Formats: sequence, structure tokens, C-alpha cells
Amino acid sequence: MTRYTTATDADREAMLAAVGVGSISDLLAEQIPQALLLDRPLEIPDGLSEQEVYTHVAGLAARNTSAEDEVTFLGAGMYDHYVPAIIDMLMGRSEFLTPYTPYQPEVSQGGLQVMFEYQTAISELTALPVSNASVYEGPSAVAAAAYLAKLVNGKTRIVVSAGAHPHTIQTLQTLAVGYGSEVVVVPLKDGRTDAEAWAAAFDEDTSAAIVQQPNFLGAVEDVQALSDAARAGGPKAVVIGSYDPLTLGVLAPPGEVGIDVAVGEGQSLGNRLDFGGPSFGFFAAREAFLRRMPGRIAGETTDVDGRRGFVLTLQTREQHIRREKATSNICTSQALNALAGVVYLSWLGRDGLPELANLLVQRTHYARTTLAAVEGVELLHEQPVVREFALRLPGVDVQGVVSYCQDHGVNPGLALSRTHGGQFDDGLLVAITEQRTKEQIDELARLLGDAVAAQRTGTRQEVSA
Amino acid sequence: MSTTESSVPGEAVAYGGDGPGASKVPAHSVNPIQRDVAKTIFEKSVEGRRAFVAPPSGVPEVALDEIIPANLQRKAPARLPQITEPEIVRHYVRISRRNFDLDSGFYPLGSCTMKYNPRLHERVAGLPGHARLHPFQTQDHAQGALELMYGLERQLAEVSGLPHVCLQPSAGSHGELAGVLLARAYHESRGEKRTKVLTPDTAHGTNPATVTMAGLEVVKVATNPDGGVDIDDLRAKADEDVALIMLTNPNTLGIFDPNIEEIASIVHGVGGVLYYDGANLNAIMGITRPGDMGFDIVHFNLHKSFTQPHGGGGPGSGPIAVSDRIAPFVPVPVIRKEESADGAAPRFSLLDAPADGPGSRTIGKLRGFQGNYGVFVRCYSYIKSLGGTGLRDASEIAVLNANYLLAKLDELGVRKHLPLAFGTRCMHEFVISGGPMKRELGIKTLDLAKRLLDHGFHPPTVYFPLLVEEALLIEPVETEAKETLDAFAEALAEILAEAAEDPTIAQNAPYSTPVRRLDEAGAAKKPRIRQPIA
Repeated sequence: MTRYTTATDADREAMLAAVGVGSISDLLAEQIPQALLLDRPLEIPDGLSEQEVYTHVAGLAARNTSAEDEVTFLGAGMYDHYVPAIIDMLMGRSEFLTPYTPYQPEVSQGGLQVMFEYQTAISELTALPVSNASVYEGPSAVAAAAYLAKLVNGKTRIVVSAGAHPHTIQTLQTLAVGYGSEVVVVPLKDGRTDAEAWAAAFDEDTSAAIVQQPNFLGAVEDVQALSDAARAGGPKAVVIGSYDPLTLGVLAPPGEVGIDVAVGEGQSLGNRLDFGGPSFGFFAAREAFLRRMPGRIAGETTDVDGRRGFVLTLQTREQHIRREKATSNICTSQALNALAGVVYLSWLGRDGLPELANLLVQRTHYARTTLAAVEGVELLHEQPVVREFALRLPGVDVQGVVSYCQDHGVNPGLALSRTHGGQFDDGLLVAITEQRTKEQIDELARLLGDAVAAQRTGTRQEVSA
Repeated sequence: MSTTESSVPGEAVAYGGDGPGASKVPAHSVNPIQRDVAKTIFEKSVEGRRAFVAPPSGVPEVALDEIIPANLQRKAPARLPQITEPEIVRHYVRISRRNFDLDSGFYPLGSCTMKYNPRLHERVAGLPGHARLHPFQTQDHAQGALELMYGLERQLAEVSGLPHVCLQPSAGSHGELAGVLLARAYHESRGEKRTKVLTPDTAHGTNPATVTMAGLEVVKVATNPDGGVDIDDLRAKADEDVALIMLTNPNTLGIFDPNIEEIASIVHGVGGVLYYDGANLNAIMGITRPGDMGFDIVHFNLHKSFTQPHGGGGPGSGPIAVSDRIAPFVPVPVIRKEESADGAAPRFSLLDAPADGPGSRTIGKLRGFQGNYGVFVRCYSYIKSLGGTGLRDASEIAVLNANYLLAKLDELGVRKHLPLAFGTRCMHEFVISGGPMKRELGIKTLDLAKRLLDHGFHPPTVYFPLLVEEALLIEPVETEAKETLDAFAEALAEILAEAAEDPTIAQNAPYSTPVRRLDEAGAAKKPRIRQPIA
């Protein structure tokens, strides 16, 4: 008996007697061919007590260097934002943590109302009228939007800016093979989507135009100009924007700059880093696409007594009804992570979101100016940025610089050779959150200067105690 | 006749007949939170209220227009709520109480495996070393995470009987998509363009939906009178165009298909790949293994058999296990373990483009980063807690509980109106048909489900699988006690007896819930999917 299995020996005997078999083995042997019964125990060590498991898994945690252990300037899609305490408390409540998808609305009003509120918050954030109740995460949300475009216009050519996250482009390429579309990547110029190449990339057969805002290098794109150009060249194209949601505290919302479908990684809205997941993807669109949306959608209605209530709605889009004709195969969404998202947006509130975004802009501006002034450090591009920017360290082994800084308790950001080898080998992508102070930025500047100088003189500085 | 006119909270309502003996519910006799009138957080917004206070920037400030051109800026703020922290907490705690949840009640939702979610898992997943680990952390600084993922891969490989595991997919349906794309890539690598995917008519809806997204075509295979795959129909449809067959075993009827080896041999005989939908893995852990049955690809629902909390609809996680012939195509990154000399700790690495072995001819990526790591921490902890023998014990008791419940329903006469759809025994779940109940007692499966809510039980999965009339799919899981199963069986018996007297009671149920039956058709006709904000 394990500590989570309830049947005692006496229970087992009583239940076997009621079933009318002598043993559990007999019950299994009646149903499973003998040749298929595993004739040995699984080669997995015996179970441990709760405290032993805790000690072991905590020991593994201790072998990681988390944002608790070092000052991190890593971003590139996920960010070290402060998660307010009420989110831990609310996500841990049994009533939110342990139910299934709300198939019985009469006893799921809490979860359904959260979905409805989440949809409202995402609509407000994006200035787009319809939102679903979340999808898995960022890059696959982009691929899901491209699939929607194909369902809408039947075209098979997807144009994506090279400013999209590399995981987004890879995910698109993987999934587009499935639905029979080709992916065309438009290059960057001076850190932004190359406007000329972008305009030239569209034709009658273009299904989707995809731009990321801000782009992977942190640059703010002129989304209105890009969507206008996409429409001019590709009259059928659905224009898709992949957004960093917190930057919408200061950047023009997708619904006001020509975007048809706005998606993105929701981690920065109240979700932990968790080494990459779980988080959530948001998915909002113009009204016309409502009935082609993937995923769950909650809607308002009334009960037989006339009381206000919420249900899962427009389910005829979904796999459990439409099967092979469904708009998506998605079944599980990210309800608990989306709860964190709507709680976080409520906690920030109408005034707080722009204040936080402006704080990011100011600290990022300071960091960019300060770091670019370090000897041997240059800007990779000079486009406007909100919360992340790219540097160049010409002639320097950037991964070596990262190691040097990490040895001194600071993770300086992402060496772009890891994602854009051969293209930005001397690049470093630096992200700022409200948790990164002026003092930490100044410390990073000092360490970068030391690391670059050390490499240039060819003498690696020893770690001082 | 029952009345359904009352809408005012606390007002007396008569249910179950107007005549003598009709039960009267007095005013204020129900939990006031349950009877809250739903008001969204946006409707609780008051100008000037706030929760967030920004720290001072601490840097010399520059006018925003000098940093970001005005034409790229937001003009008006998003109309988010203006609300204080205490009000946020009260709002969400209060609406949370309008949810049924697994911690407080029995949840026999078939094919969903609603087993207890150990709180240890929340504690360890929340440790900063896991929860605040950045996905782009340099690998030397993430060795604990990579060791955990590697360990989970090995554990899942052993449970599945297949050599290689990829943890990346985000959920079961995402794992299915990975599996179908892998099968497609495998065939294409051999110069074959196969287009058909065989799926039984009992399959989960995600199976056919996935096939379409992967650009292939669904071919349905019939079910035989015993609830298994119809072998003659399979033979007729298995040809050189078949890319794969997608099966759940035990299937969604709770029946272990005894012909599985023959099915495997038929499909392999025409060069097809066998895909195992792991939704029902909770029936077989340590008892039998998909790899040993002949499957090439398996997906796991870590939120089913391996205790990731369902979260009201996610997050989940859908790792896949594959055979040697499929392994080169798995999504990247892959994890490698390198033993160190001198007895030092082994080193784990993540490879985006492995030169050989799993992932060397990858289909690419299905999502960002490495997958739902927070889920991996919980499931790894679960397997550590149970061990190999504990996993087997869990599955054994899941099967015993299901068969016991079946016997109990028989003993109480429930199966007279709700007969078992196929067979005499079951694995970890079973399907009963509400057809006779509907004809004999005048209540439908939906009515029964809604009346169960008044008894404090979450209903089983209803109207699935589709081939059973008025289906109820019941999965009691191993963490439920015998007394709970008895109480559930007795509630079903009581509802049937009540319906024999007066079917309108169930027909108008539920009565005790925060809201009663909702107008779903109306919701879909004129969708209102967000709160209008003035």
C-alpha cells in the first residue's frame, strides 16, 4: 500500500469478494493476455517517505542557479518579474487547483468566471474584441494563429519576420509541415524587420503575416507600417502580432495598429519562470475570427431561474464535438496560469500597468546608455526599446564574458551565439525587470568592462574573494 | 410539478411537487456565498483604487517621447480594474467557493483520472531553485533541473516499455500532434507518403482533430460486440496508405483489447506505426506496457496518471516515449547524460542539434524551451514517492475500485436501468448506458448527472464515448476509499428510485448549486465573452 492508495488489506478482501474474484492478479489475468503481463517489477527504485522525497528534490533545486541565487539579466521570452504573494495563495486554493475543465457549469462558476474575466482583461490589453481562455504558451500560440489563418483563407504561405523568437520560428516550421504551409522568413535590417524585404514578401497566396513586438532583439517595430504593407501585398493575409504583454502598458495595442490576431507568451503576467513552463499563451482576435478560434471560450448566460452565470461556449469549434473538423486539437488549456494572469493584471490595475511599463522603459534606457558607454561594448542596434536590448562585444568570446559575470554573481543576459550562431556571435541580449535596480545595473557595467578588458589583454582575471 | 420560477436569493421555493408533503425551502437556508449574484472584478472597479505600488525608478528619468516615438505609444490605458488588494483577494476567494473541486469531493470523471494531488509536489515545485530558474540559464547552472528531467525520462521509458522519451509536448493533444508528425516524418524518411490514420470510433476527439492538423486523413475503424477493435474491419482498411493507428488500451470503454498483438501485427504488416494514447495509462502501470504490446509511440498525460493538478483546465504536460526507429525524429532539445571520470557527478546537457541518436533528424520544436518543467518536478516527485511497486499498486487499486463499483451498482439494482455497455469486467473505468433508464424512468443521462450534483458528487463523463447510447463513463481512481464508492453507488440508486416516483425532480435538477441549469444554446447564439466596460 502506498500513502496515496486508500484500500487496506481488509478493504481489498471485501472488494474482491464483492467482485467475485480471488485476487487482483486474477482480475487482471481475466482481461489481459498472459504474454503481455509484465513478469517483473518496474525497474524504478522503491518509494520514499515524504521527507525523503522533499530532501532529494530540494537537493536538485540547490544544484540550479536560480534568479534567487544570482542577479539575472536573462530574458529572451521569459522574464524575472516579481510575482505578488496573493497569486501563490490563490493558485494554491483547492477550488482553483484541483478541478477539471468546467464541463458541469453549475458547479464550476468560479473557474468559468475567472475565464470570462481573463478574456475581458486580454481584450482590454490588446484592444481586440474576442479572446479565448488561453492556449499552451507563446511560440505554439503563434503556430495556432497561423493555423487559424489557413482555416480562414485556405492559403498556404506564411511570412514571418526574423525578429520573431527563434523558438517561434522553429515551432511554426515544425507545425506548418503538418498543415501543409511553407514558412518564409523576412530578414532584419538595423535591428528591425527590413521594410523593403517585408513588403516584397507578400502575394495573393500569402496566408499569414507574423511580426513580433517588441522583437527578439528588443526593438520596437512600427507595427502599423508592417501591417499596412502586408495588406497591400497580400490581400488575403491574416496579420498576426506576437506581443510581450507587459510592454502594452506603453506600446500601441495590436487592435489599433492593424493586427487581426494578437498572441503571445503570458509568463510575464504573474507567472513564475519555472525553467520555461508552465505558463500560458494569450490569443485575441477581431470579431470575424471568433468562430475559428482554438481553445476554450467562456460566455455569459443565465440559468433557469434567470440568474447570471457562465458556460463554456461555441463548443462546436472544438475537438470533442467536431472531431476531425475541429478548429484545433487543443483540449487542456492553461486555466491556472491564466488565473495568475488575470489576478496580476487586476493587481497592477488601470494605473499600475502603465506605471510599471514606464519604470521598465526608464531603467532599460539607463542600462542601455550605461552599458553602451563601457569600453569594448557597442549597441547591436539603435532602435527604440522598452525592456530589453542587444549589445555587441566585438572580438570577444561572449559566452566567456557570461561565465566571468556568473562567477561574480551576475548573469549578464543571453549570449546570442546560442540562438543566432553565425549571425550575432558577438551579441548579448540584456533584459530589465522591476527587480533590477540601478545598483545592479552599475555592477553589471563594471563586470562587463572587467570581462572585456580581461579577454582583450588575454589574461583572465582571477576571482577575488 | 416542480416550480422553477424563483430567482430571488433566499426566497422560498417549492420543489418536488405542490401537493401535501412538498418540501418547502425557507428563506436564507442556503450558503450565501453559493447564492452570490455573479459580479465580475471589472464591475467592482472604483476610480482611484489600486493594489500595485511601483518602486522608485532610481535612475535619471527621460521623457517617454524621447525614448519611444509618440506614434508607437499607447494613447489610452487598458481599462483594467481599479481595485485594492483586499478586494481582489475577497473577490477570488469568494468565487472560488462556487467551484466543485477534487479536494472536497468525489470526481469520477471517466478518462480524466481525477486522483489526489499530493501537496508535497506544490511545495517542492515552488522552491526557488525550480520556480525561479530561467529557461535560458547556462547549462552548468541548471544541472539539477537537467538531472530531474533525465530521471523523469528514464522513469517514463520504463513505465512505457519504450527506450526514448521526449518531455516537450504541453498536453496530451500536443503529444498526439508530436506523435502523428513523428510517424509522418518516419515514413517520409523512407520515401513513403502515407495519408491515412486509423482511429477506432471510440477514440477521444483529440485524435481525429490532431490528424487533421497534421495534414493526414482519418479512417474510422469499427468496434466489435465485445468493445474491442473490429479485426475484420481493421484488415479491410489496413493498407499501404496507412501511416499509423491511434489506439487507447484499455480503450475509452474501459476494456483491454485482448487482440492487441494481432492488431499490432496487422498494422506493422502493412508498414504502419502504432500510436498509444496514454489517457488510460492509469490502468496498466507496472502491469503491462505499451512497448511490449507493439506500440511505437506513446504519449503520457502527466496531469492524469502522474498527479499534476488539473487546475480547472490546465496546465498539463504530454511527454512522448518512442521506439528506436522513431527516435531520430523527436523534437529538440534532447537531454544527454555524460558520465564523468574519477567518480565525479555526471554531467547533463541539452542538445539542439545532436549529431547522432535521438533528435538527430528532428522534426523541430513544438513550443518554446524545454516543456512544462514545473509539471515535471511534480511528476518526478510522485514517481519517487511511489516507486515501481507503488505505481503498480496504484493501477491495481484503480482497477479493483472500478470493478468493485461495478459490483456495487449491480448489488443495488442500478445496472437494471444503467447496464454495462460492453463485457462483464473492466479495467480502471467502465461505461454504462442510460438508454434503459431514459425509456423506463423518463430521465436522461444529463438529468442523472445534474441530480448527482445535489448529492455532492461530480458526475461521470457523460455522452462519451459516442457509440454508447446515453453514455456515462465512470473512473473511480485508486485514491478513493471504498466508503466513497459505496456512497456514490447509493446516490445513483436513490436517484433512480426517486425518478421512478417523480422524474421531474431529476429533470429540473440541480437545486443546491450556485446556479441551476444554464442556457448554453443562448450563450452560443449571441456570444457575450467579455465584460462591457463603460
